[in-house]
Amino acid sequence: MPNVPVPLNYYLTLSAILFMIGAAGFIIRRNIITVFMSIELMLNAVNLTFVTFSYQFRQVDGHIYSFFVMVVAAAEAAVGLAIILTVFKNRSTLTIDDVSSMKN
Amino acid sequence: MEFIIITLVKTGLVAFILLTTLAYLQWVERKVIAHVQARVGPYRVGPHGLLQPLADVVKLMTKEDLIPDHVNKVFYVLAPFLAVFLALLSISVIPFGPAVEIFGIKTNLGLADINIGILLILAVSSLGVYGIALAGWASNNKYSLMGGLRSAAQMVSYELPMALAIAAPLILSNSLNLREIVDTQAGNWYGIPNWNIFTGGQIFGFFLFMIAAFAETNRIPFDLPEAENELVAGFHVEYSSMKFAGFFMAEYANMITVCSVATVLFLGGWHSPIPSQAGSGVFAALVHFAAAGMLFFHAMHAARPFDKITFPVFGVVISGIGAIFLAGAFVWPALGAAINGLFWYGAKTFILLFVFIWIRATLPRFRYDQLMRFAWLFMFPAALLNMLITAFFVALKG
Amino acid sequence: MDLILFIVFAMFAVASALGLILQTHPINSALSLIGVMGSLAVLYLLLGAEFIAAAQLVVYAGAIMVLFLFVIMLLNAGEERNPWKAPVVAYIGGPVVIFLIGAFVYLINFTLPPMRSVSFGDFTGGGPREIGMAIFTKYLLPFEVTSVLILIAIVGAMVLARKEID
Repeated sequence: MPNVPVPLNYYLTLSAILFMIGAAGFIIRRNIITVFMSIELMLNAVNLTFVTFSYQFRQVDGHIYSFFVMVVAAAEAAVGLAIILTVFKNRSTLTIDDVSSMKN
Repeated sequence: MEFIIITLVKTGLVAFILLTTLAYLQWVERKVIAHVQARVGPYRVGPHGLLQPLADVVKLMTKEDLIPDHVNKVFYVLAPFLAVFLALLSISVIPFGPAVEIFGIKTNLGLADINIGILLILAVSSLGVYGIALAGWASNNKYSLMGGLRSAAQMVSYELPMALAIAAPLILSNSLNLREIVDTQAGNWYGIPNWNIFTGGQIFGFFLFMIAAFAETNRIPFDLPEAENELVAGFHVEYSSMKFAGFFMAEYANMITVCSVATVLFLGGWHSPIPSQAGSGVFAALVHFAAAGMLFFHAMHAARPFDKITFPVFGVVISGIGAIFLAGAFVWPALGAAINGLFWYGAKTFILLFVFIWIRATLPRFRYDQLMRFAWLFMFPAALLNMLITAFFVALKG
Repeated sequence: MDLILFIVFAMFAVASALGLILQTHPINSALSLIGVMGSLAVLYLLLGAEFIAAAQLVVYAGAIMVLFLFVIMLLNAGEERNPWKAPVVAYIGGPVVIFLIGAFVYLINFTLPPMRSVSFGDFTGGGPREIGMAIFTKYLLPFEVTSVLILIAIVGAMVLARKEID
């Protein structure tokens, strides 16, 4: 089987598509947990770009950046989910439109 | 091409041995617990119940495969497959023995030899929680949901001390490749084997790892997800037939994996405590001859007429295996290197598996708050301290 | 072989990402996201990023998503009632997203200078040794700062999730 190399553009394109899907999910969904997961999807797409450029420049730095993104995502998930728990405890709803009490 | 054929053969062999071991581990567990409790255990099917696993497989396969009405069908079916798949996956990076050359083919005893071996095992074991949590959620039953929630919290909590306990031998070996980790534990120091548990000073780390391993595999005394007196049967209440068997296979496969990892990281993998190759071959042969001798002795006053035939047959087979070890020690050193490695690896793993079973027969179950407090207030600081001290001594030495 | 693997896992990633935003039950969405993460881990391996691939599985799929799943199960979140916002979004959003994706694809494929092609095993600088050297020498300060960040996050989560909120 001949080994066909993959152009790096394909990886970047995939990353862009994933990022846009994540952004769309962030904008159109109502469930606070799903919105949060869309953010994670965008972070993942960005990580793919970092690793791809790391391949292009033959440097390990992109890997380190994506590692830091993961660490920050972990911290963010811990705090974010605690906030979601608190919101649910106080309002018993997970729909973001129902917690917009600062409006007006 | 040759690489693909060798890998396929090795994978087939490992899969066959692993699945047989899974089935017979069940038999060993029932026998050991029975004898701890002064019973005899499985006795009817085959000599001393040796065919019981086959009977169990037939029973589980022919039972009705229920899918209750109120479950989430996709995840209900997916969960046991996920559990079994993830449990069997991590055996692929475990090295069973040294690099050997038999019939002109040179190969490593073990399936894959990758640089991030131990990280892959950690990753797969951290994914293992999905099978149980999804099963608990998809069953749509409050007991199984509680079981699933408990297992998610428990496995995430014990993941940390386990990873920290693993980190100490990694610091000593300066590698994440399991084969290299075993290679750094070769040789001995004034007669003491150069294993991480002895000369590396990891005896404390080894116990931390084993305790975390009990929690990761949901075994007594940490089997809260399936605590039958509070949760009926926990996450697998609604399962029957082969799906139910899937969770048991996953549990036993996870046990084999963690015992293998403990052997590789702390107990020197396939390295023998006896320095010379001939010596360790003779020791292996002696163990087999002793087992065969016991069988012959019991055959003389067997309780059942059937045993008068089966015991000597097994005795002859086992002494044949012992003779192979003798041949490896004195006649064919290439074969000896391979089978000695496999013998020591198997012996260490089996002793650890026996400890798992022994503790199941001995200890009662923890309460859930005790379990979590133990993880965060004892295991986590202790594992951190163990890693720091190890790192300190390594820094002093280097 | 590289191309086949890439296409299979890229398709799987895109399908799972679409599943994440199109399915109404949060558990389905969470599992779709795990699918994206798993296929991205394979793509990282193809790019020679061994350590990041393992970290992706350990941190994202093994820890963060377990937390999500745990919270969804704990709150017993059901199907969303009206998953889509205003109809305007449904009618305009789709074309806008497709337009933006098209713009990105144009930018990536026609304006960037020519790039390498990926063949597996060509770049091996992403092993644990190289990552460790970089983290503990060049990136030591950011690394320590992230550990402080994690500590703050733990304390914050504990404060938020306490039983009584005064």
